[in-house]
Amino acid sequence: MSKEIKQTSLKEDRRLRMVDRTMRIYGNEPHALIETLHAVQESYGFIDTDLMQYVAEKLGVPLSKVYGVATFYHFFTLKPQGEHTCVVCTGTACYISGAKAIMDDFAKKYDLLPGETTKDNKLSLLTARCLGACGLAPAIVFDGVVAGKQTPETVSNTIERWFKNEL
Amino acid sequence: MKKVSQIQTLIIDGKEVGGKSDESILQVAKENDIFIPTLCYLEGLSDYGGCRMCIVEVKGMPRLVPACTTLIREGMEVTTNSEKIHNYRLSILALLFTERNHICSACVSNGHCELQTLALKLGLTHVEFPYIFPKMPVDATHDRFIADHNRCVLCGRCVRACHEVEGAHTKDIMGRGITSRVITDLKESWGSSKTCTSCGKCVHVCPTGALTEKGKSVAEMEKRRQFLPYLKLMRERR
Ligand code: SF4
Ligand code: SF4
Ligand code: FES
Repeated sequence: MSKEIKQTSLKEDRRLRMVDRTMRIYGNEPHALIETLHAVQESYGFIDTDLMQYVAEKLGVPLSKVYGVATFYHFFTLKPQGEHTCVVCTGTACYISGAKAIMDDFAKKYDLLPGETTKDNKLSLLTARCLGACGLAPAIVFDGVVAGKQTPETVSNTIERWFKNEL
Repeated sequence: MKKVSQIQTLIIDGKEVGGKSDESILQVAKENDIFIPTLCYLEGLSDYGGCRMCIVEVKGMPRLVPACTTLIREGMEVTTNSEKIHNYRLSILALLFTERNHICSACVSNGHCELQTLALKLGLTHVEFPYIFPKMPVDATHDRFIADHNRCVLCGRCVRACHEVEGAHTKDIMGRGITSRVITDLKESWGSSKTCTSCGKCVHVCPTGALTEKGKSVAEMEKRRQFLPYLKLMRERR
């Protein structure tokens, strides 16, 4: 597992690169805000305050405006309140290599649908359109760290270790 | 190039009046001493059209329109008060009271509050909707100011003053509908804001006791906004 984490945390950059590319297409102008937030949402599965700050600075948009826009549209999800988060990539490659089975397992084992958090606030499940890590399909982001080639078993292993405070 | 505005004539409450084509019904009414109640409107800030206190009837239009964001037209016939309009205004006002906690007797703005004044002026004697009484936070982290979200009517004046006049855009409104709230930066505490210049403009344009100065006790907070039209004029002349 730890080897995998080391290898795949580089992929975080790829997510940021998607966001950067969107901003660049629009000339890093303030009017690119909504498109950029879409890019953040799609590549990260949610928008957190660090990313908002990053986007605000790059586009020269006031912080409060970014926050206002990100909370106005239902399409955007702010960082969920669960202690731990899993973002399942549902891009084509991940989907056909087993993301669906993993999501079904979440529903079965933890009674969790995408966008939800368990009642005890321990775990939140989210989906991303594409993490840009197709070679690792199916990919999942566990608390910000990308892990590839996941199965329902490896996923529950990680989650059970979280719950036992082993990670 | 300066836009040429034409003079148009219209009728407000049976009175023939004239105004420039880029003026709103509200502006022309004011120039002619015709009272239309307002809340989100403030001279010196952009028109927002958010509170709907200023709704009026325009002959030929199926719906009531806000006077502050509707421009005049030649031959327009406007009615600024009728039973229908009055009842709508009362309902809007009543809903504002139910959404947050407006206990005037405990408010630093008691006696100097525009929401309270409107209620008195329009004769709002009772509220027939249930009160929500949300538990909203109070942000007292700023050295000089307090934000009490319980008293906020989401008129957006503070946001416009901070953005349009001060240029800091520290404040904005997050969410939508019932979850809307005025925020500082990324919903952070006001005291730690790096964008706020502590100019106090937002405090003084706020119509209620939502934004106030520290150290005031009940009924002591009086707002001063004489600076607004002045600043606007000076900026236009720059
Ligand atoms: S004090 Fe001035 S800069 Fe700070 S939030 Fe209010 S209007 Fe904006
Ligand atoms: S804080 Fe005051 S000025 Fe700002 S939206 Fe609320 S009521 Fe209006
Ligand atoms: S004053 Fe016209 S909508 Fe608020």
